[in-house]
Amino acid sequence: MASSRDAILATVRAAKVPQAARPEPFRTGIRYADPLKQFGESLAAVGGKMIVAPNAESARAQLLENPLLVPGKKTCSLLPEIIAPTFSLDDVADPHDVEDVWLAVLPGEFAVAENAAVWFLGRRLKHRVVPFITQHLVLVVPRDQVVNNMHEAYDRLKFGTVEFGVFLSGPSKTADIEQSLVIGAHGARSPSGVMLG
Amino acid sequence: MPRVGLFIPCYIDQMYPDVGFATVEVLERLGITVEFPEAQTCCGQPMANTGCTEAAAPLARRFVEIFEPYDAVVCPSGSCVAMVRAHYHEYFHHDLRYDALRPKVFELCEYLVDVLKVDKLPVRFPHKVGLHQSCHGLRELRLGSSSETIVAPFNKAKQLLELIDGLELVEPARPDECCGFGGTFAVSEEAVSCLMGHDRIADHLQAGAEVMTATDMSCLMHLDGLIRRDKRPLRCMHIAELLAGRPV
Amino acid sequence: MTGHPTRAAEFIALPQRAAWHDQSLWFVRAKRDKAAKAIPEWESLRDAAAAIKAHTVANLADYLEEFERNAKKLGAVVHWARDAAEHNAIVLKILSDHNVKRVVKSKSMLTEECHLNPHLEAAGIEVVDTDLGERIVQLANERPSHIVLPCIHKKKEEIGELFHEHLGTDAGASDPQYLTEAARGHLRDRFLKADAGLTGVNFAIAETGGFVVCTNEGNADLGVSLPPIHIACMGIEKLIPKASDLGVFLRLLARSATGQAITTYSSHFHGPRAGCELHIVLVDNGRSTVLGQDDFRRSLNCIRCGACMNTCPVYRRSGGHSYNATVPGPIGSILEPARDPAKHASLPHACSLCGSCSDVCPVKINIHEQLLIWRRELVKKGLLPLTKRWAMSIGSAVFQRPWLYKMAGGMGRLALKLLPRFLVYSRLNPWGKQRELPTPPKQSFRDQYKARHGK
Repeated sequence: MASSRDAILATVRAAKVPQAARPEPFRTGIRYADPLKQFGESLAAVGGKMIVAPNAESARAQLLENPLLVPGKKTCSLLPEIIAPTFSLDDVADPHDVEDVWLAVLPGEFAVAENAAVWFLGRRLKHRVVPFITQHLVLVVPRDQVVNNMHEAYDRLKFGTVEFGVFLSGPSKTADIEQSLVIGAHGARSPSGVMLG
Repeated sequence: MPRVGLFIPCYIDQMYPDVGFATVEVLERLGITVEFPEAQTCCGQPMANTGCTEAAAPLARRFVEIFEPYDAVVCPSGSCVAMVRAHYHEYFHHDLRYDALRPKVFELCEYLVDVLKVDKLPVRFPHKVGLHQSCHGLRELRLGSSSETIVAPFNKAKQLLELIDGLELVEPARPDECCGFGGTFAVSEEAVSCLMGHDRIADHLQAGAEVMTATDMSCLMHLDGLIRRDKRPLRCMHIAELLAGRPV
Repeated sequence: MTGHPTRAAEFIALPQRAAWHDQSLWFVRAKRDKAAKAIPEWESLRDAAAAIKAHTVANLADYLEEFERNAKKLGAVVHWARDAAEHNAIVLKILSDHNVKRVVKSKSMLTEECHLNPHLEAAGIEVVDTDLGERIVQLANERPSHIVLPCIHKKKEEIGELFHEHLGTDAGASDPQYLTEAARGHLRDRFLKADAGLTGVNFAIAETGGFVVCTNEGNADLGVSLPPIHIACMGIEKLIPKASDLGVFLRLLARSATGQAITTYSSHFHGPRAGCELHIVLVDNGRSTVLGQDDFRRSLNCIRCGACMNTCPVYRRSGGHSYNATVPGPIGSILEPARDPAKHASLPHACSLCGSCSDVCPVKINIHEQLLIWRRELVKKGLLPLTKRWAMSIGSAVFQRPWLYKMAGGMGRLALKLLPRFLVYSRLNPWGKQRELPTPPKQSFRDQYKARHGK
């Protein structure tokens, strides 16, 4: 008996679908006069907050205006110059042990103006669960790393190795109960985007 | 002088003869002489929409035979024109006679706007009017831009209504939601159909409409049936009647 | 006709339910309109998406092989399932082999289609749906009524009662914020205890062997970033050729679904986590048959955004459960009869053919046209009630003979005029239940026209 794999592929080939050319790459995505400003507006629209900071001290000062981000609670940070970590993630063997992380301060690779997405790479962390399990999340992106739209975003991405990457846009949310928007479904309740530099 | 054939849908012929005469008057006022070929009956849409294509096929063939001598065919129904233009393919695979007729079949408003380029109408209708956008005219004939598509807005029926002296167009909150007629749907899904109709009527009433008009009398037959049963303060008139200057 | 009309009428008979449901979904449609309008290139994006899908399905076998090759290279285990039963058996075997007792699952319409949960539960495995809406319907022992908003049919008071019973929330509490917080606590416990995480797949990329999962809650990422096993289940139509195609689809998906510019989490999985396993199950379950059908092939373009449901005037007023199907609404009324035409024979008729679904569809599926073609198929399969078929045959016979049509029309008008009201508006006439019939004129158009033109 043929394997299911071969059977499925044979049926698919037997369907004799008329050939259709691959379209040209989509090149006419929306562009903004000020992508950074647009990113801030997009982020505000999804319940996040953009902070523009010339340097780490400024970023730290602005972040600490939010009483939820008070230092002292369990913090995972890859940017100690902004907020210092309270433990070393590399010393944690089991990802379940980061369940009580209060704040994570992590580097984003770049940001997308049209939808407030920040590209984050799992390889930055020993345990990629951190940005999902933390109560509050700060993503720090160099301020010149803002693209207009998702087409430009994918132009920057190369896949092909074992890798986890995620576009994060605003805080975790749900509207499953009567379409009422509730922030903090499972993941971070308040992601801030710090645009540094 | 083009030879224009008048295509009067069966239910208009039987139940709403004045819509037919209003169509004739609008065209004659613009210098068009129309002929009504008496052999016509029904385009076959009720059968086709039920899936009974074998019952629809002979009617489609008759339609083409009857109307092919004309330079243009004009009809006061977007739905019936959509049947001919968008759904007859099935009965005429690469048929030259159908292919020749197809681009010559027009819904009344599009004939007035696209072919006759009407830019004035010598009629008066001093009332608040809500335009119900009948679906087949809107989304199959593209008599206007639908609210789903992101294109430069246009609307041929509205364009004509705006030429009528004294007529004030009111805007329902949902610009082009279906009224729920849908042919046999009106009967087989009676509960949903009537709720859809009630919702359209309520929307036009809250917008301040005194008269509801449409490019399809079938939608209006359903809506008018609900309005009369509930004794709502709203009149239904086919757009041909407004364009012909009929009073309320 | 039984089926959808009966269930729809029951939904409408509930006080205020249909109006509330209609408003909730129209609100989502309005958000979609606003989001789409913010993108000037919207229509060309739709064209691009449809063209990519057309190209993909024309070369699907090649792309499936390419995907498998690349996914394996990254360390994933790729499984193939011909049907739902094989899919369920594969998933159960993976779980049994690892002695898994608890599974957390993020939204996957495919596993709903395959009825995976009962299969796993019968084997003693606890399956927890972690999307809030899906968890709610799971606790209520119902199926999702919408593919994106699974419990859109439920009032917050009902959810409050359900949570009071199952999660111990305060009696009578119905505040969405409070209930969501309770679910967060309850589900976090399940995430931490899970031995395996299951997800669906929004897009699988042939060129890279990776796949993308989109959620707003973050439940897919939490579910697969803690336990050592990730199983991703996908229909074979989820393939796209290149990563750059994601730009087109991710821009369309969330805007069409909920009016968001993008989902909160768009996760790109390429290979397993270090020391963990990643299994990908490719499922046919009838898709390759649809692929061979010229009339219905485009239904495989579907990216499960739910926009056709939100815009459908029938769906909004009849509720998802009235379709009695895994995928309800317009697209479901195409997909479900393909699986079981007799069971779902009423669905292609649960449609006024308004065409709004086709215009809203981000991948340009000609939904309303396919529903019409399905009606034809139902006639061919003998699944249209005989009375309707006879009526249409008689109608056709009459319309083919103008003299007979004239006579019948005249008799009809006369009958309407002369018959007593109780006969015309009897229970046999569904038209007259809530509607008046038109007042018949004395003469038809053709009679008057003839008289006026003196012929």
